Amino acid sequence: MTTTRGRVVTYVALIVGALLTLFPYYWLAVMASNTTADIYATPPRLTFGGHLFANIGQVFAKIDFFGSLLNTLIVAVATTLLVLFFDSLAAFTFAKYDFPGSSVLFGVLLATFVVPTQLAAIPQFDLMAHFGWVGDLKALIIPAAANAFGIFWMRQYARGAIPDELLEAARMDGAGFFRTYLSVGLPVLRPALAFLGIFTFVNAWNDYLWPLVVLIDSDHVTLQVALSQLNGLYVKDYSVVMAGTLVAIVPLVIVFLFGARHFIRNIAAGALKG
Amino acid sequence: MTAILPGTAPASAPARHAPVSKRKRWRYLPQYLAIAPFFLLFAVFGLYPVLYSLYLALQRWDGVGPMKFVGLENFRFLLSDATFWESIGNTLVIWVMSTVPMTVLALLIALGLNSSVRFKGVLRVAYFLPNVTSIVAMSLVFGSIFSHDFGILNWVLGLVGIDHVQWLNDPWAIRGAISIMIIWRWTGYNAIIFLAGLQALPTDVFEAARIDGAGPVQTFFRITLPLLRPVLLFSVVMSAISGMQIFTESQVLLGNRGGPDGAGMTMVLYFYNTAFADNDFGYGAAIAWGIFVVVVLFSILNWRLVQRPSRGQVSQVKEAVR
Repeated sequence: MTTTRGRVVTYVALIVGALLTLFPYYWLAVMASNTTADIYATPPRLTFGGHLFANIGQVFAKIDFFGSLLNTLIVAVATTLLVLFFDSLAAFTFAKYDFPGSSVLFGVLLATFVVPTQLAAIPQFDLMAHFGWVGDLKALIIPAAANAFGIFWMRQYARGAIPDELLEAARMDGAGFFRTYLSVGLPVLRPALAFLGIFTFVNAWNDYLWPLVVLIDSDHVTLQVALSQLNGLYVKDYSVVMAGTLVAIVPLVIVFLFGARHFIRNIAAGALKG
Repeated sequence: MTAILPGTAPASAPARHAPVSKRKRWRYLPQYLAIAPFFLLFAVFGLYPVLYSLYLALQRWDGVGPMKFVGLENFRFLLSDATFWESIGNTLVIWVMSTVPMTVLALLIALGLNSSVRFKGVLRVAYFLPNVTSIVAMSLVFGSIFSHDFGILNWVLGLVGIDHVQWLNDPWAIRGAISIMIIWRWTGYNAIIFLAGLQALPTDVFEAARIDGAGPVQTFFRITLPLLRPVLLFSVVMSAISGMQIFTESQVLLGNRGGPDGAGMTMVLYFYNTAFADNDFGYGAAIAWGIFVVVVLFSILNWRLVQRPSRGQVSQVKEAVR
């Protein structure tokens, strides 16, 4: 009797919590589909309106939305592919090969975790200016093309997942190092690649501070920077800002929902191992 | 659990038995090439900039004109800079205001999800979603929710007879608003971590407690919480690291100056504002080093608190969580 009641209370509390968590998304959609006047009315309109496409149209007219969407896609896809390639190659090497200095180099790699990002930001900006990359998407992609977290995380996975016998078999068949990585390493690492891929994509898509610094005042801004600029332009017209915001988060939410189960499981497992 | 210490790599190099020759040194070239990209990128975009920022912190520089060497002047000014100290205070206050409720809520959600409810998968995704949604986008949404006269939050508060809160004007309300956004973003993430911790706990301990007649509350405080300690500490340490980096919420919600009285001026926002809005690169570099020192001190403090229980207890609990 009490356990049944306890279960119902738990259930209701969990659902209420989830609804509260999801409320900002609902409210975003409500604001984006009404006029600003409707939102500002008392009492405010709490349901969807019919102005979504008109608002989105205004966004497209006022800022180069598709341009910034394309920039964001380029950055996120390029970063993800480079990270997956460089990180998995390095992780495979560290996990399965013993070469002079390997443990020292891996120690150095772990030590880079403690280098705080702000310390590097100003000289990095200066460096980008020297390279002529300020306002260029290269400034976002190249520095992020390989990272210690991905290599460390994937090495942990590779050590357990790739049997030595497979490597031995590949060697007997005459495969060189790189060939072994492609035919043995990569296929086995596929689940780890999927997680690291979504993780990298999400972070690249949402990154704000560095793009704000290095792309500002240029024609090549990412969505996040474009959104903050849209807000500056149309602070009085919430509906338009919200329509832009809505369109900006939809692609990523879709990407996340596709890989959510896998992603969440790996986040949790990573925390327990750490 | 796999050991993460360097030097424990398995001696399974397939090329090991190759004959020793003059070409020996080239034998490992593929391996060095394979790991080279990370080290090259780090050298150029990590190590060099950090060293250079130490040099920059000794200069006065607007980023365009010539640098002027000022010695330790920037650091001397930093120590007496009221805004910097306030930004440290704001950051710590916001961290406490967000971490405490977040941890409690996350624990409750984890306990709920760990009991036998249906639709666990859907609920987990719902709780996790904020963590992957752009902070810029959701800061804009929250900016509207917190709006003084037309915000939905003040309207709802009005329905239950609470006066309008000046969310973006009053210093404590500003910190509260930023904390609410952080709580919203990280509660689900931590609930998932705690849930994984709960599911990894050994069931026989709970069985024994039940047989000894322990109630649910007693079981929670005497068994679940102590066993969950490593996971809880992981979450607190992680939230301390990310809490010291708070930037986007403040900047989008309140602008580069952190709003009225700078109540939302966090350390990283102050750094951004000085270096990239005011183009004071020398002093900005000094602030970055100041942040670094604060983060290191804060981390040491955190570790001290973590290390309190006896070694045996920690390893016993760690064993359980494996």
